[in-house]
Amino acid sequence: MSLAGYEFEVQRDDGLATEEMTLNMGPQHPSTHGVLRFVVKADGEIMRTALPDVGYLHRSIEKISEKVGYHGFMPYTDRVDYVSAMQCNQGWAMVCERAAGIEVPRRGEFCRVIACELGRIASHLLSVGTMVMDIGGMTPFTHALREREKVNNLLEDLCGARLTFNYMRIGGVAWDLPPDYEEQVTAFLDQFELFIAEYNDLISYNKIYIERLANVAAVSKEEAINYNLVGPNLRGCGFQYDVRRDEPYSIYPELDFDVPVGTGEFGTLGDCFDRYMVRIKELKESCKMVRQCLNMIPEGPVLAKVAKKLKPPVGDAHVRVEASRGDMGWYVVSDGSEFPYRTKIRTGSFSAMGIVEKLSRGLMLADLIALIASLDVVAPEVDR
Amino acid sequence: MSPTEIHQKLQDQHNDAIESFDADALDPFVLVKPDPIVEVCQFLHDDPDLAFDCLTNMSGVDFLKERHIQVVLHLYSYAHRHMIVVKVNVSREEPSMPSVETVWKAANWLEREIYDLLGVIFTGHSDLRRLLMPEDWIGHPLRKDFVEPEEYHGISTRRESLLK
Repeated sequence: MSLAGYEFEVQRDDGLATEEMTLNMGPQHPSTHGVLRFVVKADGEIMRTALPDVGYLHRSIEKISEKVGYHGFMPYTDRVDYVSAMQCNQGWAMVCERAAGIEVPRRGEFCRVIACELGRIASHLLSVGTMVMDIGGMTPFTHALREREKVNNLLEDLCGARLTFNYMRIGGVAWDLPPDYEEQVTAFLDQFELFIAEYNDLISYNKIYIERLANVAAVSKEEAINYNLVGPNLRGCGFQYDVRRDEPYSIYPELDFDVPVGTGEFGTLGDCFDRYMVRIKELKESCKMVRQCLNMIPEGPVLAKVAKKLKPPVGDAHVRVEASRGDMGWYVVSDGSEFPYRTKIRTGSFSAMGIVEKLSRGLMLADLIALIASLDVVAPEVDR
Repeated sequence: MSPTEIHQKLQDQHNDAIESFDADALDPFVLVKPDPIVEVCQFLHDDPDLAFDCLTNMSGVDFLKERHIQVVLHLYSYAHRHMIVVKVNVSREEPSMPSVETVWKAANWLEREIYDLLGVIFTGHSDLRRLLMPEDWIGHPLRKDFVEPEEYHGISTRRESLLK
């Protein structure tokens, strides 16, 4: 990667000789959440810039969609964000349904929301767990992963896979809930809600942890919107916006849930701690939503009748879904054939990576790790 | 505001810049000429009634038959909770349009991606480099007439079918 234009001069008042340092972080760095690379220009411990270099996980997913057809693309959407694949499934299903004018049966919508919210719990657990680990706390990570395994078990019961689910179909979901699912999920939620309190006691309000995160890389609301930060990163700035509530889709308008925002609890509003805490609070909200769905779910079919060779009319459609990493934009152009003419996926991590260079200026080198973890960047989602 | 009202307001201010408006599309869109795009976007961003403070998505689509590349901007206003789609057609032979990075910072990476995958040159962009593909990659893969090279640095891109 060429760094022309990014040189800087190091000057000190006391005349001591200093040297600009170029550090290469990644692509194989344990705390970069996938294969990410940063070229850091540093003056001692202070960073001048951290230039992200992405593309290591580029698998041409958008191009593949042009070859495999609407139904055939569903398993590929799992790989867009493999940490929370359910919402990617939902995004693709919804944009195709919008383009082709397909109605999803009510029970199918409930199955989707149950799956998505369980997926969100799994994703946020990984996020808050790895965040602690990146900063140096090993034990809480194992606690978070222990709980994540339980969610993965539930999702495996639902669709047979633990990571790349391929659960949804255009027009609904592939399978109905398995027998006794309600009891299993309720049993999990009962103990999981207690776990959140335990996790907060263990790490969230740990003094060392707070000191590492508070006041680090604060983002203002205006800046966040200008850079199109989404999801927990946007809400961390104290701006209450959630696609599920404000641009409702599926059955979210019928559910009762809060949209947690950053409060600047221990420092500046919109710092790393606020972004972290929003995710912790969202765990609770997801539990609430799953419980309501299990109570409200009606009987009926889960999958609408959809043509094997789906041919949406000529035109384009765009939908936004609230994935774990925030507002995910799905855009599809149809030329009337059975293959999408063009698919574009704008993901939450993509937006988040765009602001890293700006936020890294003047930050301590060690805080870059906290910043990336708090933005919850998942590399395959940036590269697609 | 409904898309029709947004278009009306836009037409009052920038009549010359607008080529057409489609209110019947699934997502109603305004087709804008490439050259005045920054002024139009700045107006959409600054006007208090429109207040499109967020560039939520930006895509490039290669229309081979029509001989143009379409750049599609999905704009959203957090203040008013309304949306509009702005499309710009640039020629396939010399695809170039001004960058809207000065209006929305989010455009920086989105434009880099479009440049990388479709070859549209965004004039005035602060850092127009390839984003996803390697720096020395030749061609723009999302173009419809892109032919995958046989090899890259001695690594073959062909693979025997596993089904044989």
